[in-house]
Amino acid sequence: MSRDLFRGMTAVLSLGLVLLVFLMAFVIWQQAEASVQKSGWEFIVSRHWDPVHEEFGALPYIYGTVISTMLAVLFAGPVSIGAAIYLAEFAPRRTKALLAFVVDVLAAIPSIVYGLWGSFVLAPFLRNYIEPWLGKNLGFLPFFQGSPFGLDMLAAGIMLAIMSIPVITAVAREVLETVPDGQREPLIAMGATPWEVVRIGVIPYARNGIVGAFTLGLGKAIGETMAVTMVIGNEPKISASLFSPAHSMTSVIVNEFAQATSVLHLSSLIHIGLLLFGLTLLINVLARLLIYQMSWRVKKRNENT
Amino acid sequence: MLNSCKLKIAGLQAWYDSRQVLKGFGMEIRANKITAVIGPSGCGKSTFIRCLNRMHEIVPGARVSGSVLLDEQDIYRANPVEIRRRIGMVFQAPNVFPAMSVFENIAAGLSLNGLRNKQKLREVVEKSLAQVGLLEEIGSFIHLPATGLSSGQLQRVCIARALAVQPEVILMDEPCSALDPIASFHIEELLSELKQQYTIVIVTHNMQQAARISDYTVFLSQGDLIEYGSTPTVFINPRDRRTESYITGRSA
Ligand SMILES: Nc1ncnc2c1ncn2[C@@H]1O[C@H](COP(=O)(O)OP(=O)(O)O)[C@@H](O)[C@H]1O
Ligand SMILES: [Mg+2]
Repeated sequence: MSRDLFRGMTAVLSLGLVLLVFLMAFVIWQQAEASVQKSGWEFIVSRHWDPVHEEFGALPYIYGTVISTMLAVLFAGPVSIGAAIYLAEFAPRRTKALLAFVVDVLAAIPSIVYGLWGSFVLAPFLRNYIEPWLGKNLGFLPFFQGSPFGLDMLAAGIMLAIMSIPVITAVAREVLETVPDGQREPLIAMGATPWEVVRIGVIPYARNGIVGAFTLGLGKAIGETMAVTMVIGNEPKISASLFSPAHSMTSVIVNEFAQATSVLHLSSLIHIGLLLFGLTLLINVLARLLIYQMSWRVKKRNENT
Repeated sequence: MLNSCKLKIAGLQAWYDSRQVLKGFGMEIRANKITAVIGPSGCGKSTFIRCLNRMHEIVPGARVSGSVLLDEQDIYRANPVEIRRRIGMVFQAPNVFPAMSVFENIAAGLSLNGLRNKQKLREVVEKSLAQVGLLEEIGSFIHLPATGLSSGQLQRVCIARALAVQPEVILMDEPCSALDPIASFHIEELLSELKQQYTIVIVTHNMQQAARISDYTVFLSQGDLIEYGSTPTVFINPRDRRTESYITGRSA
């Protein structure tokens, strides 16, 4: 009796949750409809954004978000995984508690604070030291051409990396800590070095969770607004150079939402929100597929032996 | 003695932090025999065998003193990695690596040893599987994730994995306690064959199993060695009252 009640309640609640997501998608869709009707696919391929003449192409924003997020994961990935492995496997008990606490604190700092630090410390540092150096030594690559600006794509990527490192590290560490000793001991008993234990026993066991950690970090980077807005330069440009100011989907929404007076302008901004929603969904689906594909790889790998 | 001694243990003491778990005892483990370690739970059986291949010291805060000689060589004065390769271990839970196929599981220790040659890897893996009686049974499953097998098969994969690195001694910590009677029986049969080539030390809480398969039995209680002798003697004619009451189930 009470079990049925409990079941019923949990069923209603979980259905409610699903419903809520659909409702959100629906409302966003409804608000974006004017723009969807007017611009259609043009919206995501056009790079022309001109509220005055009611022309709306979101490509520069999509580009900014995608590239800055990719940069973020590129920078944050190795650092986070390394930190998580150290914390979970090698750090002495004391160090571990302390560092874990620091990581949690970093994850909890409001993004506006990161943004302030980014624009007052990171950006000048990039402009005066890092970017001139990169331009001089690696300037033959298209990524490092043009004059150093400081408030640019590189700053946004690094900013987002710094902000997602605590998230990825914290989750990955917890995942690694759930790996049972039964995965380590047989390897140690066969004479594996600590690094071999991690590589063969721990990481493969935890891979789904590690992908999950990355997905969370990616989600954080994609949705991050304030800090990005403060360092990305806010110019809707598409340039291969990381020294060029750029823009992002979240930044344009937060910058223009208050001033958007025309229906179409507002609708276009919400359209961007809809795309952001879709992008997040896409990343989660891709993460699932990745996990799924990794289980198959064992089989594939072996068919060749 | 007729039988040669494989492991010679003297004054073995072990601690977890400041808590002493092994109180200091010695014994000689015979080559190519099965030695059963019995005793009430918590008496130090696992700790004892983990001291025999230097696995005890991997626990933070754990400490050992005394000596363990493997063919006259003190393992505590040798390279632990080399010792662990010569003295293999099978654990209570059939802990395969779930992200790897059966083949890769068994090859794991070999690749640690630097063996890369595919042909040779294959040979050793197949030989190890045959040794545990799985080669036929497993067939083409060899290249599928190991997690698809029954727990009895998994435990045999774990034994094969330990055998693959060609140890001289195999330590087993209650290898059958997670298995059903039939799977346990398979393992028992397997052990009787393996002792031709290996020295086996097995912890078990199953008296019948100890009596059935072992040549020697050592009874531990509260970190002390109470009795050690040939299995028939220990079971039929124990010297110590505590041994007798333990094996007849009169006390824990
Ligand atoms: N990792 C550990 N840390 C602290 N104490 C332990 C640890 N492992 C075992 N012990 C303690 O050491 C004693 C012996 O344990 P163990 O060797 O596992 O006994 P058995 O295998 O005979 O059941 C027990 O009292 C147990 O609580
Ligand atoms: Mg035990």
